[in-house]
Amino acid sequence: MTREEILNKYGKSKDNLLYILHDIQDNNPRHYLTEEDLRAVANWLNLPYSYVHGVATFYSMFSLKPRGKYIIRVCESPTCHLMGSSDVIVELVKTLGIGIGETTKDELFTLELTSCIGVCGVAPAMMINEEVYGNLTPEKVKQIIEEKRRESK
Amino acid sequence: MPKRLDILVCSGAACISNDSTTIKNKLQAVLKEHNLEDEVAIVETGCMGPCELGPVMLVYPDGVFYIKLKESDVEEIVKEHVIKGRPVKRLQWTTPEARRIVEEKKQIPFFEKQLKIVLSNCGKIDPENIEEYIAVGGYEALAKVLTEMTPEQVIEEMINSGLRGRGGAGFPTGIKWKVTRESAGDEKFVVCNGDEGDPGAFMDRAILEGDPHSVIEGMAIAAYAIGAKQGYVYVRAEYPLAIKRLEKAIQQARKYGLLGNNIFETSFSFDIEIRIGAGAFVCGEETALIASIEGKRGQPRPKPPFPAQKGLWGKPTLINNVETFANVRHIILNGSKWFASIGTETSKGTKVFALSGKVNNTGLVEVPMGITIRELVFDIGGGIPDNKKFKAVQIGGPSGGCVPAEYADTPIDYESLKKLGTIMGSGGVIVLDEDTCMVNLAKFFLDFTVEESCGQCVPCRIGLKHLYDILDRITKGHGKMEDLETLEKLGEEIRRTSLCGLGQSAPNPVLSTLRYFRDEYIEHIKDKKCRAGVCQFEVKEEEVSLEEKLKGII
Amino acid sequence: MKLEDLRKIREKAEKELKLREGKARVKIVVGMGTSGIAAGAREVLKAFIDEVEKRNLQDVIVTQSGEKGLSSHEPIAEVWEEGKPIVVYGNLTPDAARRIVAEHIVNGNPVTEYVIEVKEA
Repeated sequence: MTREEILNKYGKSKDNLLYILHDIQDNNPRHYLTEEDLRAVANWLNLPYSYVHGVATFYSMFSLKPRGKYIIRVCESPTCHLMGSSDVIVELVKTLGIGIGETTKDELFTLELTSCIGVCGVAPAMMINEEVYGNLTPEKVKQIIEEKRRESK
Repeated sequence: MPKRLDILVCSGAACISNDSTTIKNKLQAVLKEHNLEDEVAIVETGCMGPCELGPVMLVYPDGVFYIKLKESDVEEIVKEHVIKGRPVKRLQWTTPEARRIVEEKKQIPFFEKQLKIVLSNCGKIDPENIEEYIAVGGYEALAKVLTEMTPEQVIEEMINSGLRGRGGAGFPTGIKWKVTRESAGDEKFVVCNGDEGDPGAFMDRAILEGDPHSVIEGMAIAAYAIGAKQGYVYVRAEYPLAIKRLEKAIQQARKYGLLGNNIFETSFSFDIEIRIGAGAFVCGEETALIASIEGKRGQPRPKPPFPAQKGLWGKPTLINNVETFANVRHIILNGSKWFASIGTETSKGTKVFALSGKVNNTGLVEVPMGITIRELVFDIGGGIPDNKKFKAVQIGGPSGGCVPAEYADTPIDYESLKKLGTIMGSGGVIVLDEDTCMVNLAKFFLDFTVEESCGQCVPCRIGLKHLYDILDRITKGHGKMEDLETLEKLGEEIRRTSLCGLGQSAPNPVLSTLRYFRDEYIEHIKDKKCRAGVCQFEVKEEEVSLEEKLKGII
Repeated sequence: MKLEDLRKIREKAEKELKLREGKARVKIVVGMGTSGIAAGAREVLKAFIDEVEKRNLQDVIVTQSGEKGLSSHEPIAEVWEEGKPIVVYGNLTPDAARRIVAEHIVNGNPVTEYVIEVKEA
C-alpha cells in the first residue's frame, strides 16, 4: 500500500492520528516513520508538523530511525527481571552482536527493551513484531532467532 | 515410564477389615498377568469416605468410583475397564457424593478455592463465536435492562452492589455512573480503559481475549444508564490478540443487532469503536487516556474537572476498567444483593489477581475479596518453588508496595491493604522469596516509572530520577546513611506535589520497602552487604565483563 | 433482533455447546490466550487438528477458548466427552497432543502424565 492509500482509509480527524502512524509504520519494511511520512500526515490532518512530530516521539512504539525486519522487544519489567530476563538479554546481545536499540548489519533484527507486555505468568518473555514468546531461556532464544533467520530467506 | 492409569485403593482401617488387601493383591496379580504393570499404578490411600460401602477403588483420570467390591470383581474391572476402556457400570457409584470424592482427590488446589464470575467464560467458550457467549446467557442482562429497568434503577443496582473500580483506585462504580448521568450535556461517552500497563498485571488482557462480549455488554448497560450513544475501548498496542478478538466481537455484535440502532427494538442505540495506544504506560491515567484518544500526546491534566464532568472532547465521559465492566452483567442478572453477599464489608465481589514471580502456580486467579495473602500464595499458588522461604508479595504494581511474610494473614481488601502502606492496584501480585533483594526491587520499579513519566511536572520528571539515582548508588555500595532520610522526605514530597497518579504513587515501592525492610537498606550502606546476593558492590570498571555490565545496567 | 430471537439462538447454541444431539462425541478445547500462545499453544492446536484429520475422526471437534488461567502449566487443553468428567491437560507439547488423540480420544485411556485436573462437566 502507498502512503496515500493508507491516509485515504482514515477520515481527516485528529483522533485517527495514532492509528495512521501505526499503519504507516507497519507498512514500511524498515518499521519506522520518515520525515516525509510525518509531513504527509500533518498535511492530511491539517496539523502543524511539530505537533505530529511531538506525538510520534511521545509514544515508545514509534521509531524515527530505520529498524530491522524483526523488532525484538524484551520485557525488562520487575517480574521478568526476577525470573531471569537479564540472561535472555545478554544472550540476545551475544547472538545478534548488537547493543540495545541497535539493528543488525543485515537489517534483520532490532533489539529493544520494553515495559511489561502482560504475560508475566510465562516470564521471562519477549515479542518479535506481534508474536509473543514466553518461558524463555538463553537456549530457547537462540533457537527462535535461528527460526526467524530461516523464515526470512 | 509414566503410567496411564492410577488406581487408588483404600487402605483405611474399615476397608482393610473388609478385606481390601485381598482386592489389592488380586489386582496386582491380574495386572501382572496381562502385562499391565508398567501402565497402571496402584496407589494406596487413606480413607476415602463411605466406609459402609467398602472396599472401594478409584480409577484416575477417568474419575470412576467402584464400591462394595469382591475379589471376583477385579478380573472384570481389569478386562473391561483397564484394557477396553469401558467402566463396569454395575459396580460404579455415580451419586453427587461420589463425584465430590472423585474431585477432592485429584484437584490442583489452584482451581478449587477460586470463585469464577468475571472469568467464568474464559477457557470455556470460543471468544470468536458470539453464539457460544449467547449460549451461556450472554446479552440477557442487556435485554433485561432495556426492557424491564429504567436507567435510574440500573444505577441503583450498581450502587447497592458495592462494586468498586477494578482498575486500582477502587472508586464506587455506581456513584461514578450516577455523577456522569447527572452531568450537564446531551452528548456523553462510555470509555473502557484497556491500557493495562502495570508490570505483573494481565487480567484485562485475558478478559478481552477470552470473553470480549462481557465487556461490550457491560459498556452497553452503562451507556443506557448514563445516556450515552457512543463508546470507545482503549487497548494498548502491546495486546494485538486482544485487539483482534475484540474487533471480531464488535463486528459480530453489530451483525446480530446487539450494537447499533434500536437494540432489541427499543429506542436505545449504542456502538463501540476501538482506539489503540502506542506504548505509553501513563495513558492508563484517565485524563492521559482521553488525550491519547483525541490524538494528542498522552499527558495528564489536573483534576477537577473530572472526566465524568468534562472528558472526551469536553463531554461527560464515564471511564471504567475492563474488569469493572465484565462484572456488570452478573450484577444485573443475579442482583445487587447476591454480589454484595460476596467479599467483605467494604470490598464486595471477587477480584481477579495475576499471580507471578517466585510461586509454583502462576496465572490468573479469581477469588472473593477478603481471602488472605497466605491462602493466595500457598493454597492457590502452590507455595514457593525449590523450598525457598517466602519473603513478601508486591501488590499494586509500580503504584503499590510490598507486604512482608509476617503479614501473610492479612485479608486482601481495599482498606486492609491501605493500612499496610500499599494498594489493591489492578491485581498484579508478584511473589518474592529469600533470593530477592528488596532494595534492588524498589530500584527496578523506579526504573519503570522514570522511563514512563510523561515529563510534564518537576516532582515526577526530576524527583523520581533523583530517587532512582540514590537507590542505584546504594545497590552499588556507595550509599550513605543520610540517604534513607532523603528517600523518605523526597518520596513524600513527590507524592504530595505530582500532577497525576503516576507520580503520586511512584515512590510507594521505595517507601514501602523502607518501612518493612529497612535493615536491608542499612546493610547495603554500612556493611556493603546484600543478603539476597543480588547486588554487586565496589566493582571496578576494568573488572566488569560485558555480561556483568549489561546485568548492572539492566 | 427481538428478545425471542435471542432466546432461540440461546437454545440452539446451548445444545451445541453441550455436545448433545449426536453432533460430536468429543470436544477438545485448547486455551488460546496470549500466555498459552507464548508457551506454544498454536503448535499444540495444530497437532490436535492434524491428528484428528489424519485419523478421520468425524465425531471429534477441536476448538479454542481464551486463557485457562494457569500460566505455569500452559499450553492447556480440555477434553469434553458426553457423560464423563472433563479432563484438563497441561504442559502440553505437539507430541503429547498426538498421544492424547490416539490413547484418550480413540482408545478411552487418558494420558495421566499430562493430566492436571479432572472436573465435573
